[in-house]
Amino acid sequence: MSLHVVPLRVYIIVFLSLMLGTALTVAAAFVDLGWMNNLVAMAIAATKATIVILFFMHVRYSSRLISLVVVGSFFWLALLIVLSLSDYITRGFLGVPGR
Amino acid sequence: MSADTHHENAAPLAHHFESYEQQRESASLGMWLFLGQEIMFFGGLFMVYILYRWMYPHAFAEASNMLNVQLGTFNTAVLIGSSLTMALAVRASQTGQSRKIVLFLILTMILGTTFLGVKAFEYHHKWEEHLIPGSSFAFEGKDPAHSQMFFFLYFAMTGLHALHMIVGLGLLAWLCFPAWKGRFSAENHNYVEGVGLYWHFVDIVWIFLFPLLYLIGRKGA
Repeated sequence: MSLHVVPLRVYIIVFLSLMLGTALTVAAAFVDLGWMNNLVAMAIAATKATIVILFFMHVRYSSRLISLVVVGSFFWLALLIVLSLSDYITRGFLGVPGR
Repeated sequence: MSADTHHENAAPLAHHFESYEQQRESASLGMWLFLGQEIMFFGGLFMVYILYRWMYPHAFAEASNMLNVQLGTFNTAVLIGSSLTMALAVRASQTGQSRKIVLFLILTMILGTTFLGVKAFEYHHKWEEHLIPGSSFAFEGKDPAHSQMFFFLYFAMTGLHALHMIVGLGLLAWLCFPAWKGRFSAENHNYVEGVGLYWHFVDIVWIFLFPLLYLIGRKGA
């Protein structure tokens, strides 16, 4: 990929949207949304992280090979979490014979 | 662009690369592979956090309320600001503006040090409140044993994060010298880009740590 110098304006907009996301996540934490509180907090965090990766870390302007490594890394993390939880959460579903 | 006549003192094209473009992409790819294992490194701690929070949600919420939201929010803003100055340092290195690189590197270091200073203040406060896990841990809650687990994770995760910040500050300081000497150019600014990727990654870790540690169990407070 040829060098792409990101315009200053883009960096400023990214910075401001990250600040807005921070304000939103703090505000949302003080509102009782039931189980939705976790979802909202994680959705905002994931959005902020995606913005940082795409613009500050230049993945939007990088080759597909780099995008693949980025997506693959997070997929690996998802495997760790999903498979571990699928074990722990289902342990109580069936009784253990002889116990 | 004839690469060899440009930028006399710039780092040269290594012989095993065909072009600066290929050299740049290889450097970024290598850095991303390193960050991929960093994701798994922090991922283990996040996994433990998810599991224990799922098992003891009330003990975690109670313990989380002992943290200072104002300081946490302030630090989040400081770290996002440092990511902006880091991105601007990388941008200056792409356009070969040596003085600007150094300026933005120093700004990033000031913001990073501010973050660590606030963190040290918070740690000290937790020490005085007997919230450091161990024999002197004292917490007036319904389930102190599992609230202690929250504090163990709080110190392990923010501590590992702070350690990454300290390494980052060292890398930023190390970059200042070649930047000042004008070693970075549009063709070769891979060191600045690599340290930038690392710094932004550390910011991303905090973006997740902040809501998970500071903001749980706040509703109705």
